[in-house]
Amino acid sequence: MALVEVRNISKIYHLGGEEIRALDDVSLDIGSGEFISIIGPSGSGKSTLMHILGCLDTPTKGTITLDGTMIQDASQRQLAGIRNKKIGFVFQFFNLLPKLNVLQNVELPMIYGGQSSRERKERAMEALKMVELENRSKHRPSQLSGGQQQRVAIARSLVNDPRIILADEPTGNLDSHTGENILKLFRNLSEEGRTIILVTHDPEIAAVTPRKIEIRDGKVATKLDAKLAGLDRSISNGMGGH
Amino acid sequence: MNFFNTIAVGFKEVWAHKFRSMLTMLGIILGVASLVAMSALVKGMENGMKETMVAMGGADKVLIEAQAVPAYQEHRADESTGRTLFDVEALRLNAPMLKLVSPEMEIRGPILTRGEKMVNPSECVGVWPEVLEMNLHTLRHGRFFTAMDEESASSVCVIGTGIRDDLFGSPEKVGYEIVPIGELIEVNGQPFTIVGMLEHYEGEQEKKERELAKKVADETKSGPTRMKGWGRRGGWAFWRKNYTLFMPLNTAWLRFRASTGTNNVPDPRLSDIDVKVADFESLESSIQQARNVLMMTHKGLEDFNFRTQENQLDSINLQIKNARLSGGIIAGISLLVGGIGIMNIMLASINERIREIGLCKALGATGLAIFTQILVESVVIAVLGAALGLVASNGLVELLVLVAPSQNAPVITPEAMGIAVAFSIGVGILAGFLPAIKAAKLNPIQALRYE
Ligand SMILES: Nc1ncnc2c1ncn2[C@@H]1O[C@H](COP(=O)(O)OP(=O)(O)O)[C@@H](O)[C@H]1O
Ligand SMILES: [Mg+2]
Repeated sequence: MALVEVRNISKIYHLGGEEIRALDDVSLDIGSGEFISIIGPSGSGKSTLMHILGCLDTPTKGTITLDGTMIQDASQRQLAGIRNKKIGFVFQFFNLLPKLNVLQNVELPMIYGGQSSRERKERAMEALKMVELENRSKHRPSQLSGGQQQRVAIARSLVNDPRIILADEPTGNLDSHTGENILKLFRNLSEEGRTIILVTHDPEIAAVTPRKIEIRDGKVATKLDAKLAGLDRSISNGMGGH
Repeated sequence: MNFFNTIAVGFKEVWAHKFRSMLTMLGIILGVASLVAMSALVKGMENGMKETMVAMGGADKVLIEAQAVPAYQEHRADESTGRTLFDVEALRLNAPMLKLVSPEMEIRGPILTRGEKMVNPSECVGVWPEVLEMNLHTLRHGRFFTAMDEESASSVCVIGTGIRDDLFGSPEKVGYEIVPIGELIEVNGQPFTIVGMLEHYEGEQEKKERELAKKVADETKSGPTRMKGWGRRGGWAFWRKNYTLFMPLNTAWLRFRASTGTNNVPDPRLSDIDVKVADFESLESSIQQARNVLMMTHKGLEDFNFRTQENQLDSINLQIKNARLSGGIIAGISLLVGGIGIMNIMLASINERIREIGLCKALGATGLAIFTQILVESVVIAVLGAALGLVASNGLVELLVLVAPSQNAPVITPEAMGIAVAFSIGVGILAGFLPAIKAAKLNPIQALRYE
């Protein structure tokens, strides 16, 4: 059984009597350890899919099974628990809490998980070591560069040792060089065997991931757009060599 | 998320917005301060009134008062004789449910003189020795009146310490206590020998002040003496007792009333008949018995009335209740305003933190965890406000004593403080409830999108 099984899900919004199908009959399987990018033009439904995969939202129709749990039947409380234990989020705008220092930001998911303060500190430091920021643990997010902030956010997503890491445009707010570093970090994590799903519209990022899923108008595209997927050699030149 | 952590985060959040939180607390601070200060004032009042009650003779004392003849007996009004020694004798013989009957005959417009010095006593009355027990007097020096004094209408008197202070000098001024037994003073020009002096009566508060003044005076024996508070030292009841002059009833009758009554007509009417009942439980029936006796001596004319201290107690209790109610209303309004302030600030704070709350939810915070967090923050503000309010209440009480001194020193009670804090916590919970629910229900996706 795959880690994530998505079966015929639709997400329908109603805006002033008009029906918006953000997702329309999407089915896919994600296996453990896969490194996937979800690509597609803006407004195609990538974020909506990610929210559903991340248990932040539930589909209007269809079923989704995560690590054996039927998500659409879960209560709000259970969903919170799943988000806490099985999913790590990385956002475009980092979303660190400015009044907490780096270490406390990384500890945050464990506070809701109920771990002891000693364990929290140890594991947060471990996660910071993985992103090579252990010497910045006492700094405030505002004292860090954008790339460093995103690495803190990645450390935070790792700290509860989740089954899946979901990143929505993680490099969208960074310059290309910093973005590359972040991408390298994701690749390393993937090589360690973690399941990572990147949402992006950046072909250079898509080029790195072994599997690409293109969403178009809320549907999974049967044939990938070569340009978007980074398959066009003229764009992805220099990236494919790794 | 454990509860201790939640509280710590709550404090941190409040501390992060010190000024704003402080302003928000103001309502609670005022509410708690006024609640505690008001109840301290009421408590002081209560203590003072209870002391006064006791000073006036206790709860089992019943006054027999003169009253106008009722309307249906108007045509017999001129038969009214008032209260006389007849009544007293009749009560003593025929009303066994009374354990004490004490007649008093007042000398009107009394002036006491000794050489150049002069004083108006609060009471100048002819009495029987029963008066001591009746009005809870204690004879400190000398003796009271004997049957011989009564029989022969001797010119002897027993005075209170206030009269001694004014005619002979007070211990505070002289430096030692003068006991003027055997000295002569004049009551409306007639010489009287002092045979006894009563105890000095004072309230708890006054006693403390006097002892403090003594201590201070011992240290620095210079500078003018200063009156504190109202002109009269101590409560009214104590002042009255200290400025009392007693003489034998027969002396009052023969030397003042028989010869110099109103318009030179002898006036045998008593100014007071006080009785004490043997058994307080059967107060009603005891009064009924006395009433029956007096109905006989007064030939059915109802020109008298019984007044129990219980009536007085009722009115005291009513006053206390009113004071408490008005204080409570003021404090309640302040707390309500404080609560609205907290709710307002919590709603604003949630709006500011929509992204943060959304993020926490994405990271696995349950609705309950968010709800608790907001509620705890609200309660933290309320509790801090209450703590500051308790501090402020001490200051407020000092200020009140300074601007409006009275013999009833306010007493801050732990109960009042407890109630005030409990109310604040309640207000904090109520004020935080709506914002907490709002925050808990926040949709994480929309919250994360929110700019
Ligand atoms: N809360 C919502 N209410 C109404 N429409 C929405 C809502 N969220 C997303 N949509 C619509 O769903 C579609 C997909 O959005 P989204 O998943 O954010 O796209 P992407 O991330 O690929 O840019 C868009 O047309 C968007 O307007
Ligand atoms: Mg998007």
